[in-house]
Formats: sequence, structure tokens, C-alpha cells
Amino acid sequence: MAEGIRDKVAIIGMGCTRFGERWDARPEDLVTEAFEEALADAGIDKDQIDAGWFGVFYDEQNVGKSAYPLSQYLRLQNIPVTRVENLCATGTEALRGAAYAVAAGACDIALAMGCEKLKDTGFAGLPERTKGTFEDLYQPGFTPPGAFAQLGATYAYKHRIDMRDLKRAMAHVSWKSHENAVSNEKAHLRRRLTVDAIMNAPMVAFPLGVFDCCGVSDGAACAIVARPEIARELVGPDFVTIKSMQLSPSNGVEMGHASWDGAHTLTTRKAAERAYAEAGISDPRSELGLTEVHDCFSITELVLMEDLGLSDEGRAPSDILDGKFDHGGEIPCQVDGGLKCFGHPIGASGLRMAYEIYLQLLGRAGKRQLKDPRLGLAHNLGGIPNRNVAAISILGLNT
Amino acid sequence: MAVEAARAALSDAAPPLDAVCFASTTAPFLDRQNAGVVAAALDLPTATHTYDMSGSQRAATSALISLMHQGQGRRTLLAAADARPTRTGSVLEMLSGDAAAAIVVGSGAIIAEIVYVASVHADLVDHYRTTTSGTDYVLEERWYRDEGVVKLTPIVAQRVLDDAGIASHDIRHFISALPNPALNAAAAKAVGVREDALADSLFFKCGHAGAAQPILLLADVMERAKPGEWILLTGLGQGCDALLLRATEAIAERRHAGVRDVIDGGRLETNYVRFLSDKGALEIDWGMRAERDSRTAQTVAFNKSRDIYGFVGGICQFCATPQFPKSRRCVNPDCAALDSQRDYRFADRSATVKSYTEDWMAFTRRPPLIYGNVSFEGGGNVFMEMCEFTSGEVGVGTPVSMKFRIKDIDEARGFHRYFWKAGPANAPGRNVGAHG
Repeated sequence: MAEGIRDKVAIIGMGCTRFGERWDARPEDLVTEAFEEALADAGIDKDQIDAGWFGVFYDEQNVGKSAYPLSQYLRLQNIPVTRVENLCATGTEALRGAAYAVAAGACDIALAMGCEKLKDTGFAGLPERTKGTFEDLYQPGFTPPGAFAQLGATYAYKHRIDMRDLKRAMAHVSWKSHENAVSNEKAHLRRRLTVDAIMNAPMVAFPLGVFDCCGVSDGAACAIVARPEIARELVGPDFVTIKSMQLSPSNGVEMGHASWDGAHTLTTRKAAERAYAEAGISDPRSELGLTEVHDCFSITELVLMEDLGLSDEGRAPSDILDGKFDHGGEIPCQVDGGLKCFGHPIGASGLRMAYEIYLQLLGRAGKRQLKDPRLGLAHNLGGIPNRNVAAISILGLNT
Repeated sequence: MAVEAARAALSDAAPPLDAVCFASTTAPFLDRQNAGVVAAALDLPTATHTYDMSGSQRAATSALISLMHQGQGRRTLLAAADARPTRTGSVLEMLSGDAAAAIVVGSGAIIAEIVYVASVHADLVDHYRTTTSGTDYVLEERWYRDEGVVKLTPIVAQRVLDDAGIASHDIRHFISALPNPALNAAAAKAVGVREDALADSLFFKCGHAGAAQPILLLADVMERAKPGEWILLTGLGQGCDALLLRATEAIAERRHAGVRDVIDGGRLETNYVRFLSDKGALEIDWGMRAERDSRTAQTVAFNKSRDIYGFVGGICQFCATPQFPKSRRCVNPDCAALDSQRDYRFADRSATVKSYTEDWMAFTRRPPLIYGNVSFEGGGNVFMEMCEFTSGEVGVGTPVSMKFRIKDIDEARGFHRYFWKAGPANAPGRNVGAHG
């Protein structure tokens, strides 16, 4: 394995907008809002940035194609800016582009911005999209909840869990995120819910009810990254560095080969193994202070606890019900509310996760601050269990 | 429906086939050959001659007469199907049933020989449907009975009886494919067959199946006919066709579950609104989220015709992994060999459900849309839609069989696509599914 980028890239500033139904904001407003926060945080002038990466998923829905919207919104000095897209891992891809450029020495300071303006569609839910001219001919007319609901059926079958018991653990996942979001002023959904309300919600795609599904939101988030020597000059001796960034896209095995049991996300396991190695983590359960994972649906978060090695196989439901991933638990997950309640503006989500970990590591998370976390893991799963892109970033303090 | 009936027929009489004829008055396309779709779904060689027959309720019997004139040298699959559009609340809606039936005509193990045929034409318009009218305009049936059925049927019946040198009471099975039992009884009386010779019209089981009706009833009779018995098949529609058949010794060998099992295995729908929705007679508000373009890339549909219609994937010659779709590199992560796959058809393989959901948000005329991963016996996994199941019927491990179905409808362009769906498993040795 290559040496990797551990501690070669520092995050010197981050910004994140309030997520939600931002009826009055245009992408320009969201991007500017996130950027100005990051710029003030880093204490630099915008023209010190050498290059930018811009993550937008639904280009036809909101921002438009290419990277020039970013260049135009921020009036960048014609520096290189690249648009990236990798499903729900889009925001993390923007960060990876910027981090790799810094790690390679091609840039001193780089910007990663992610933005999505979903609420201009005029309807609830995500827009339908083509799967490609060939795939459209045979793939099922699935919805995101229906595609992820498959995990519930297979997980219950594999581990011989009664669906009612699995539903209770899934409900705890959503309940916990709602609890966490109450104190987060930037979160989209800040209402408390009871476990009963979650369990009895109208069915969307069995076994997922309405409250097993995350919010669809507008928002933007960004990071300014720099070489550690520069970070030291700009922000002092204590700062956050990237410990690892790993990406694992499906190669068709889940879609077409019997070796996948359908009860886990194969790519997450591959990415996690590499990410832990790159970060020098041998025991994630004791070393990780928090995680922000891709809880697009409650069942996804449940399965991911095993895929990330934080629960033993088949033990995620009981770990969840025992509060292991609650705010006061052993390895808190989604302390900011997660996709479930902070919201899911697709292109921004990966950077929003990094933002929360960044705040927690620096002790700046306010009411939801955890006690001295040293390492945090952000995880995205773009696509569906059958075919996806898993991205993992591990951030930590430089010291 | 035609594909399903054809698959059942071919389980008795395996290919090779020289030709495929599709007979219908409600073919989905006016100018796009429908028989070609049937042939593609059966994955028949491109050298197979394919053609459509249409124009009247006699479409299928006339096709049979043409095949008879053409001689016995060639093997032709005749698939007849009708799904008649009817106005909501009309008498025709009440009398009609959608159905398909198929037979193989030609050389080989013949179970019944077409001995003599006769035909008469008469432009007696008891009902009609134009290219723009959408549904039938139907006249009083008593006129049709007295001036059509009773006068035309005996003319052609007598001709074939005379040719064969037999009398009407020698007929053991008289098949009349008219829209209701009273008309069939009138025809039988006019021809003078024995009272017990009139074949059950299946009217109370599936209604009248339009141009498919004569072949449907013939298939049903074939399941009971004994060697040497005479069968008189008639078909009316601006004239009348008569075909005199005689069951051969080989018919005794052929005893498989068929027409009635398919009908009885169907699901009784008592909800009229759901029936209308299934028929496409209900205008549904799909909502803004459905405002997506589902244009078909015909270039791709043609290039991948065997994949999509034939459900032909690949099997790796090195690691023997079946896979769909066929790809340049093998899907087995331990193999990934380049261009190693031979054709491998999934359509006739049994399978089980590996994962599923009941999706109440997806677009379907009959919610919920059920879909998931399906594992094929012998290997292969396909993420696909399911059909003929309702809520609560599918679980991990449920056995399924493949059914050729409409996959997507492009309402903006009036085009629809077909693919295969996983339906309830066929009984062992039976390659047919319920459809009504």
C-alpha cells in the first residue's frame, strides 16, 4: 500500500450553512455563506487559495454544470477549479481533490466546496434520474428508500432477527438523531420524536417508514486545506489534519455475483480497511471519538456500524439499543443529527460531516461538544447497496 | 401474454422453428413488427421468419388456413393474443377477457392433423374498431346471430365435412369462438353437431379473448381429445373459417397441465378500480416527480436485444460464473477474465428471492412495486422487478420464475419497453404462468 496522506494535509478553516428548505437562497447565497465562514475561520484572503474543487450532484437541478459557478460566485482569480460528482460521496470527493493537491505539493492552499439546492424541484423526495441508456432497459424502477430497504430484508434473514425487533433498533437510530439535532441550529429537522411515532409512521418501502428516511435539503459546506507548515503559520500549533481518505466504488459484484449476501455494504468494508491502515488505526472502537456516517436511511446506519468494525456481526441492533452510538455512548454517531436531521444536500453532505468532526476535535461544538475526541470518521455511501461509492475520511488533531 | 403462451407451447414442441406468426387485433404496435418481439423474447435465430396477422377476429384461424395451404414442411409457431380496449362500464368490457394461446404447426410429433379447411367472406359488420376510435362500436347481437352465425357457419362446416366424407354427428369437438355461450349454441345447432360436442367456451372462466379465442379453445380441447377424434374449429369475423382436425395417436402421449390450470392459478380481482388501473383505463396523477424523460435509446435497445428480450447473459468459460448482463470482464472478483463469456439464457431458469422491498413510492399502476435481488439456480444475481405478487407474499427465499412483461411506458412518445420480471414459481414441469 502506498504511504498515503496521513498528516500531510491540514484543515485550516471550515464553513457550513444552515441546512433545510432554503426557499429564499440561491446556490450563490449558500456557497457564499459557507465560504465566508471558512475564510474567517482560516483568517486568510480568498486570493491566497491556489485551486478549488466543487462538488455538485444534480447539476441539471440546481447549480449547473462545470466548476465555473464556484469561480463566479466567489470571484476567484481564474485559479483552477474542478467540478466533481460521485453520487452521495460528492462532497467528500471535493475534499479529496483539494487534499491530494496539497499533499502532492501542487498547491499550498486549496478549497473544497460542496453545494446542493434540491428544493427548487417543486416536489418532495429526490428527482428521478436515468441510470444510463442500457441500465434503464432492465434495472427496476427503484426509489432510494426501496433500494436501501433491501438491507432490512436480508439483514433480518441473515441474523434471524424478527422484523419487529429490527424495526425497533432502526427506530432508535432515528430517535437518537432527532434528539441530537434539537440543539443544532444549523440542522434541518429539529423536532423530538418518540420511538413509537417512528415505528408506527406510514410505510414508504418496507421495512422503511417515513421516519426511517433522511431529509432532502438545501445547503453548502466547505473546507480550506493547506500544507501543515502553512497551517502552523496561519492558525497556530493546534490544528486538524487528515489522517486518511479512502474511496471504494462497486465493481459489479453486489449487482451480479452470489458472493455478496446483501446484508452489508461491501465497499464500506474495503474502504474502512484501507482507511484504518492509512490512519494507523488498529482498534477503531477505542480510538475513534465519534463518527458521522451515511444514515440516508436508519437501516443503513445500523448495517454500517458492523461494516466499519464498530459492532460485531449481528450485534448492531443490540449495540444501538444499548446506546453505544448515542451522544453519551461509547462511540457517538451523528452528534449533529446526521443526514437524518441535519439534512442531506447531496453535494455538501461529505463536507458537512467533516465540519462536525472538525468542530468536535477543536472543542468548538457548543452544546453538543463531546469530551476530548482525538479522531473522528466521516463516511458516505453514494448510490444504493447494490451499486455504490463508499468514501471514508478520518480526521484528527495534529498532535 | 403471447410470449408466455409460446413458451408453454414450446415446452411440448421444442424448436427449431422456421417461422413465428403473431395474430391479434390489438397488437401493441401498428408499424413495428410484433412477432419480432415474440421471437426475440424466445431468443430464436434471426433466420426465423416472423410476421403479424390482424384485421379481424379470424386473424388466427386465417393464419392456420394459410399455413395449411403452405404445406407441412415448415414448423411455425402461431401465437394469438388479444387485450381488447373497452370503454369503462360497457357490455364489451364485461364480456371480454385478455388472453393468449399458442400452437406449433408443421412437421414433427403431430398431435392433430389439419385435414380440410374452408372459408367464406361476408362484410357483415357486427362490430368494428378503427385506428382512431380506440374501442369497439358494437351492434345488436341478434342480427349477427341470425344473418351471420347461423348462416355462415354451416356453409364452411358442410364443405369440410363433405371433403372428409363424414357427417356432423361424427364431430367429437366443435369449437365455436363467438362472444357468448348463446351464440356458440346457435352455431352448434346450425351445424347440427351432437349436443355434447360443443366445446366449453371458457366464457365463465375468462370471458371472450377476441382473436385468441379459437386457439385458446383449441388448446383446451387438445388436452382432452383422444386419438382419432374429429375436431371442427370455426372462427368468425366478416366471414367464417372452418378447420377440420383429427387427433393422432401422439395426442395420447401429451398430457400436461394447461389452459384451465393457468386460468385457475390466476388471482381473482374483485376491486373494479384496481382492474381499471391494471387495464390502463384509469388516468392516474403520477405527480411532479414522475415528470422525467423515459425515452428509449433505440440504438442501445437494438444492440442489447438479446440481453433484454432474450434475457441472455454470459457464463465465464474459465470460472463458470453465470452473470447478467454479459460483460467484457467476468464479474467474479477472483476471475475478472476478459471476453471469456459464452451466451447463457436466464429466462427459463428457476430462482429465489435474495432481497426485496414493497415500495409504495415507486411508480406502478398496482402499488406497491415489489423488487429486489434474485438469485438464479446455477448462479447469477439480478436486481429486478417482480410481478403477480401482492403485499406480504414475498420473502427472502421465495421461489420465482421469469415472466416477460412490460417494463416501462414512455407515455410522451407512446412507446413501451419489455423486460423480464420475477413472478411466482411455476409448478414443476410447467412453463406457463397465470394471466387473465
